[in-house]
Formats: sequence, structure tokens, C-alpha cells
Amino acid sequence: MDAKLRQTPLHASHVRLGARMVGFAGWDMPVQYAGVIAEHNAVRDSAGVFDVSHMGEITISGPDVAAYLNRLLSNDVTRLRKGRSHYTLICNEAGGVLDDAILYRLDENEYLLVVNAANADADWDWLRAQTGHLNPTLTNASDSYCLLAVQGPRAEELLDPATGLDLAKLRRTRIRRTTVFGHDVLIGRTGYTGEDGVEIFASPEDAMTIWEAILALGVAPAGLGARNTLRLEAGMALHGHELGLDINPIEAGLAGVVAMKKGPFIGRDALTKVVEAGPTRRLRGLTLTERAVPRDGHPVTTTHGPGVITSGTFSPTLETGIAMAFVPAACEIGDAVAVNIRDRDRGATLVDMPFFSNVTRRRAKSK
Amino acid sequence: MYPDELSYTREHEWIRVDGEECTIGITAYAQDELGDVVYVELPGVGAAITRNVPFGTVESVKAVSDLFAPLSGEVTAGNDKLDAAPELVNEDPYGAGWMIKIRLNDTDELAALMDAAAYEGLVNELRS
Repeated sequence: MDAKLRQTPLHASHVRLGARMVGFAGWDMPVQYAGVIAEHNAVRDSAGVFDVSHMGEITISGPDVAAYLNRLLSNDVTRLRKGRSHYTLICNEAGGVLDDAILYRLDENEYLLVVNAANADADWDWLRAQTGHLNPTLTNASDSYCLLAVQGPRAEELLDPATGLDLAKLRRTRIRRTTVFGHDVLIGRTGYTGEDGVEIFASPEDAMTIWEAILALGVAPAGLGARNTLRLEAGMALHGHELGLDINPIEAGLAGVVAMKKGPFIGRDALTKVVEAGPTRRLRGLTLTERAVPRDGHPVTTTHGPGVITSGTFSPTLETGIAMAFVPAACEIGDAVAVNIRDRDRGATLVDMPFFSNVTRRRAKSK
Repeated sequence: MYPDELSYTREHEWIRVDGEECTIGITAYAQDELGDVVYVELPGVGAAITRNVPFGTVESVKAVSDLFAPLSGEVTAGNDKLDAAPELVNEDPYGAGWMIKIRLNDTDELAALMDAAAYEGLVNELRS
């Protein structure tokens, strides 16, 4: 094992559970325990818990905070009410994406930004460099929080008795200060799986006790392998794959979190040009019609020109190969395309995303 | 983990030798490293395979791997059950998870295979 890899406070438990550990963004993380498919299905059918303590947390507070954040982030912070969260992007002046993040508004003038582990240090430097004449209070809180994601249709029912609130009333995107198993935590009704569920921000001292108590409820430990197959089925972007400095949010299909009309923000001028000209390529979902698994980097052939896979996997829910790919903007949903996998063209169809999501499925049902 | 009656290769295949007919699969170590197997691509009956040359692929959720021919010969059978139930490779690598049977071209090639003790030594080295 690489001695330089960092360990989360739950590391000993992962090893005890027999997890396969891998280096990820500088952290020694569990990629699987029982197996990716079993863990994936546990989250789709019941509940699973992920140690995502490697994620970065930055708190931003003070009277100037909204003005500062609205210039820094793509989404409109003024529309984010207290106790709620939204998805947002950190862009540079060129309209490239430094990172994607969840912004939680904890209090009137207090926000918590959760960023990707791989970008946490760069994000921190960027945030500090962008204060300008404003004077927000920035705190790198990554070492102050362990993050446990409890996800799946039974997450609420299993966890509710252990929490200091009525979990049914904590609706999607909401966040509250409360307790879990008697320990002070923040609970957000958020996640990265396409399932209902919560994310628990706990202190590193309490994290192991909480983690083990959650496992004792019958919640399955789930690793980064299942996290990736779940987010892919849910059509959620992963920075470094569907987002990056050379990818703008418009072509990535994220215009909905770029508030062009809110006033100036970093990247707006460049993105205005993209919107006016129209993107030349678009991120699309594709489903293999042959027995093969598309992977990151595989070339795609369409009738409108070449494309490339950004993330691909075998979908445990759909039992077929699925992928996200950048394809020429002229391509349409339903188009037949070919994915070149190990020197062989395999048939695929462009499809709407998400590929699968229990959250959107329930929402569709209630309409 | 590594049955004594089987022979092994450094590429983590096992071989059950029965006269000139050999059954080939991947070892418990190989399936564990791959994780959940989702597709197995095998040559058809009658195909010729050549020692040390890939004859098929095994694909898991995480990765795809070539299957290297441990011996040269002609394929006499393939495990069709793996099409519908690739998880047999994980669940029973030395039994229901077998992959192909071949008729050997040259029994001299058998001398290059490892026995269970030698293979277990290799795995222990890789795991340490």
C-alpha cells in the first residue's frame, strides 16, 4: 500500500469488513466489500452506507457571503433558502469547470460547500483567491467532518428512530442540525445514487460509532465501485469525466445550474458565447445493444461525426452496458451509434438520462 | 482455494488434464481480483487456440481481461451456461464456472504448467 495515502477515521472498519482498498484521490478507500453488484442492488432495493469522508468541505460565512458565492458559483445563491441545498459548479473565466459541488445553506449567512476529494485542495486555493474586495470567512472544514451517505428506499425507515428529528419531514435537498445515535450531526437529504437517502456530516471522533450503529441496523456497507455504477445509472456527472476544465457546463447538459440571468459570475461571459453559438457537442446517454461494456475513452461513431465515452459500466439494474458520451450536437435521442470496444464496433442507442432512478420514478408516479 | 488435482498458469487459469482432453477455467484468485463477472466471451467449438495467445475475454463490472490459452489445441466444448449466468465464474470457478474444453495438440506443453503448491506460492507473492 502507498504510505502516502490518507485514511478516513473509518479505515480500520473497512479493513475489518474485508473491503478491497484502492487509492482514490490520495485516499485509501474501499472499492467493494461483498461485491459491486450486491452492494448496488442493496442500495436500489433496501439501503447501503458509503464512507465518503474523503470529500472536501468548506464553510463560508459572514455578511458578504451571498455576494461572494454568487460571483464564485454558477447557480443562483440568492434563490437558496435557509436549510436547503443545491447543485452548483465552480467555473473559471473560460467557462471550464474547476469542480462541481453541493452548496448547503446552514443559516442566514452560513454555507457549507461539499467538493470532490480530487479537487479539494485546488478548490480551497481558488476560493481564497477569489474574495476580491469582499470579506467572507472561509474555513477548510474537511478534517472536521466525516461524511456518511445512507442511501436507498429503506434509508429513512431504518435511520429515523436513531435521529433527533422526524426524518419523513426532512424533504429532498433539506439539511438540519440534529443528532444520530445521540451524536451531534448535520443531516442532508441528498445523495449521489438516484435513490432517496441522507448524508450525515459527523465529527471524526463520533464517526466510527455512528458507522457501526448504522451497519447494525442491517444497512449494507457499499464502496466506490457501487457508488460509480449507481451515479452512472442516475445520469449524474463525475468531475474528471463528464466535467473538467476543457468541458463547459452547457455541453455537459447542466445549463439548469448555470444562472445566466443572475448577474456577473466567474465564467459568465465565456458561457454566454457558448449559449449564443450553441454547443458543438452534447453529453448523451447510450445503451449497448450488444453484450459488451463501454469504458471511459472508447471512441463513438455517429452519423454526424465522432464522439467519445466519458464514463461507462455494466448496469446492474438494466443488465446491459451503459455509458455517457460526448457526441456531435446534431445527434438525437434514439440514434443508432457504434462504440469501438477493443477494436470492435458494438451497437448502441442514444438514450435519455437518467438510465434509471428510483427518485425520478417515484416523482413520475406521483404526477 | 487451489485444488491439488488441477494444474495452473501464471495467467491465473486452471487446467484439468484428462488424457488428451483438458478443461480450462480461471482460478479463485483471478475471479476475486476481477470482481463480479458480467460477460464471458469464448471461442466456438472447432476453433484452434495457441498457447500464450488470448482465446477469449472475461469482463467484470470493473475491468476486462484477456483469457490466455494455457495450452495449444482445438476447442471441443464451451460452457454455454456462462452466457446467461456469468456469475458462475465467481461462485464456482473450478466447477460450474469452467470455460472451455480442448483436445491437446502436444502433451509436451503440459510440462510448463504449475502445480497447486507452486501456484499458491505465486498468489501469496502477489498478495504480499
